[in-house]
Amino acid sequence: MNARVHSIESFGLVDGPGVRFILFLHGCPFRCQFCHNPDTWASQKFEEWTPQQALDRALRFEPYWGKDGGITVSGGEPLVQIDFLLEFFKLAKAAGINTCIDTSGACFTREEPFFSKFEELMKYTDLLMVDIKEINDERHQVLTGASNKRVLDMIQYLNDINKPIWIRHVLVPERSDFDEDLHALADYIDTLNNVKKVEVLPYHTLGVYKWKELNLDYQLEGIDPPTNERVENANKILHTDKYK
Amino acid sequence: MDTNRFADAWAGFKGRLWKEEVNTRDFIQNNYKPYDGDESFLAEPTEATNKLWGRLQELQAEERAKGGVLDMETEVVSGLTAYGPGYIDESMKDLETVVGLQTDKPLKRAFMPYGGIRMAEQACETYGYTPNPKLHEIFTKYHKTHNQGVFDVYTPEIMKARHNKIITGLPDTYGRGRIVGDYRRVALYGIDALIDWKKEDFANCGSGSMTEDIIRKREEIAEQVRALNEMKKMAEAYGYDISKPATNAREAFQWLYFGYLAAIKTQNGAAMSVGRISTFLDIYIERDLANGTLTESEAQELVDHIVMKFRMVKFARIPSYNALFSGDPVWATLEVAGLGTDGRSMVTKSDYRFLHTLEDMGPSPEPNLTVLYTEALPENFKKYAAKISIDTSSIQYENDDVMRPVWGDDYSICCCVSATQTGKEMQFFGARANLAKCLTYAINGGIDEKTKQQVGPEYRGITSEYLDYDEVIQKYDAMMSWLADLYVNTLNLIQYMHDKYYYEAAEMALIDTDVRRTFATGIAGFSHVVDSLSAIKYAKVKTIRDEDGIVVDYEVEGDFPRYGNDDDRADNIAVWLLHTFLEKIKQHHTYRNSEPTTSILTITSNVVYGKATGSLPDGRKAGEPLSPGANPAYGAEKSGLLASLNSVAKLPYEWALDGISNTQTIAPSALGHDEAERTDKLVTVMDGYFRQGAHHLNVNVFGKEKLIDAMEHPEKPEYANFTIRVSGYAVKFIDLNREQQLDVIARTCHDHM
Repeated sequence: MNARVHSIESFGLVDGPGVRFILFLHGCPFRCQFCHNPDTWASQKFEEWTPQQALDRALRFEPYWGKDGGITVSGGEPLVQIDFLLEFFKLAKAAGINTCIDTSGACFTREEPFFSKFEELMKYTDLLMVDIKEINDERHQVLTGASNKRVLDMIQYLNDINKPIWIRHVLVPERSDFDEDLHALADYIDTLNNVKKVEVLPYHTLGVYKWKELNLDYQLEGIDPPTNERVENANKILHTDKYK
Repeated sequence: MDTNRFADAWAGFKGRLWKEEVNTRDFIQNNYKPYDGDESFLAEPTEATNKLWGRLQELQAEERAKGGVLDMETEVVSGLTAYGPGYIDESMKDLETVVGLQTDKPLKRAFMPYGGIRMAEQACETYGYTPNPKLHEIFTKYHKTHNQGVFDVYTPEIMKARHNKIITGLPDTYGRGRIVGDYRRVALYGIDALIDWKKEDFANCGSGSMTEDIIRKREEIAEQVRALNEMKKMAEAYGYDISKPATNAREAFQWLYFGYLAAIKTQNGAAMSVGRISTFLDIYIERDLANGTLTESEAQELVDHIVMKFRMVKFARIPSYNALFSGDPVWATLEVAGLGTDGRSMVTKSDYRFLHTLEDMGPSPEPNLTVLYTEALPENFKKYAAKISIDTSSIQYENDDVMRPVWGDDYSICCCVSATQTGKEMQFFGARANLAKCLTYAINGGIDEKTKQQVGPEYRGITSEYLDYDEVIQKYDAMMSWLADLYVNTLNLIQYMHDKYYYEAAEMALIDTDVRRTFATGIAGFSHVVDSLSAIKYAKVKTIRDEDGIVVDYEVEGDFPRYGNDDDRADNIAVWLLHTFLEKIKQHHTYRNSEPTTSILTITSNVVYGKATGSLPDGRKAGEPLSPGANPAYGAEKSGLLASLNSVAKLPYEWALDGISNTQTIAPSALGHDEAERTDKLVTVMDGYFRQGAHHLNVNVFGKEKLIDAMEHPEKPEYANFTIRVSGYAVKFIDLNREQQLDVIARTCHDHM
């Protein structure tokens, strides 16, 4: 199964541990209002790579990975292309590479055929970075266009199999920056055993130009990135320093 | 020679060979103390340093306010004994532990006519100074200059090529530079011993045969001895007797600096580099520290003060020179670290002290601090250098692992990236040939695309509407042969005249008489040629002609691989190009049996070359800057920094011994969240890059001020490939136009810093 590739980043330092090769895949079922990659939602323009081609490309950067680095697959929502991902990670693990998935959990389900594939994929995945856009489902639906049920279900499953995860929360003023929700999120994270890191990602506007280019209506016009105080507040409530 | 007379000066120093012949390397290898601890021993700047540096900064501000030049000489011709003593500030002169100015006043630019009288005059007039008309008479009527010599013999073909800028930056109006005297010898041996050794060489030169070569050699040695004697007088003016070796660290610094001062008083080369002095000087510091006559604070003070002097080096330049090499550069390149051929690290505490000057006295582009990098360097040092990079963006890195097998462990960098064995070699600097223009000439049968003049040979141009790869390669190869021929001959001519009319006696006096010479050529427009050939090969390139049928623009249909993405389809063309051009250069006779080398480096001259170059098949439009050095073309990098580094790393250093220059810019946020993470990651990147055999990396880690500068000066080449990384953000930065990119930068500025 071939990948529909948006782009790669050979020098990824903020997408998992160490220096990483990031593969950005096309396709995502969510429609997050703050998305900085709307050009990955549903594009006709992409490159097709086989799993072997993807691996060969990644291995070109192995000299830079050091002890912690490796491959991260992001996007879009990489699990939309789970068939490719499974083959790719099998090859990567055979080559001894550290593997990571940056996912929103948007398409997770316990139903077949997805679930068996996911179970299999977990055997070849070292870490998942999971976005919890909003713990409050109502607000989640406003922000992403869908419920957070699947996301939480995936996290539950990962917790059950004790798979290491990082939790990330994009802090968007007026959408996901509410103290009561942050506390609820913190409480929720406390129920889990497999969380290795929690990160607050301040909303930014670097991707706004993409919305304009795609002729999409940007819903967050007029909303500025969060202040340093609000970011610190979120970090405090979520105890992010506990994980360092 | 009996060097027992120096027993006191050399007390405690080990080794035999260096006492019996001039051999600084042997001295270093036998006496230096490797250090692999961290930077915690470093001292704060002394009060004297703060006072002097404060005053110097005031003068620099005055200079900027005056339009870039503080003061110029109009009466006195620069020379070793042209001036009495001068200081940063008369009232603070006792605070200077290392003394010596180029002229009598700080930042005052000397009048140096031997390279060319018109240039020296024009430089003065540009800034509102009027040189004494007597000087004009002397240097036109009574004394010929290098510039006059060159233009007396240039052929019409060379003149046209030069005028159309297919060869440019040539040192025919300014000193060729690129010579690093072994200034350490002055400290180690004192001038008298050096004179004695040169006199021995003189006596041994000829064996009865007075051929032209021998006669010339004898004259050169005589000039060198004269220069050595004058150096003593120069030092005497400051109250120092440098006839004997230095006896302590302070003298070592001062004697060494006098050697360098002699060079910058007599030559105005574009590159006047300092060399590999840190490990050498550390030996003296260690001896003084051990016998309690120097404290760490005083040691740092010596380093700070000598570096302050390097920061003060100035030359009078004409506007066309400033366009070529913008920013008043001097390339007072000073390197640290490296490995000995015996495998021991050459990092000493003084290597830390020199980098520390960027903290003591803030970031500065001069002296051009260079780390001779290898993975095998002590971890502490690698981390400290990375930290300095991130904080100041003022260091560059070169791969000691590829340079050491070629040059040994005592080479210096004699300009921005080029190596030379200290005291054993000299270079014939040759600027660069514009290979991008060579391609347009190939397409247009030797006719220049901007001036429409027949500059190249009247070969058949391409007449078809679409460019065919095989035909282009065939014609390009032929045009490159013509260019290599013209270029080498032009340089032969220039170097001959420079030897005749502007000989570097003071510098050559501090270099072995039987000197090895390299002939340093260069390539400009590298990435654009590669991408253009790739476009012709993998896409369809249509020619757009003017009313005379000259191809002036191109239309590309389809996509093609570009250099800078770790794509062999493009990178193989890059490797082929370097190899082909070098082979053509090597076929020619080079002046004085020098060894031809080539380089892919342009410094800021890429802007001027770009102005003179028409549109290219890769999409670059007429007049736009060429990408600098071996950097991929602006907008070509689509896969991130490491893919770009991998492309450049494929170019074999062995084929470009004069240097392969690569400048990259990273936002600190892209390196990590805190200092420890950032230094760690930067070290990882350099290890990975150099492990693949790459030669050079100039790392700019941009903070907020630089981002603001990028917004105000988007035309500066260092911002051309700037990228910003945020978690999970897939940016096709290169798909943006410049305005959009600046907008993105502006948002980053607000959002993250």
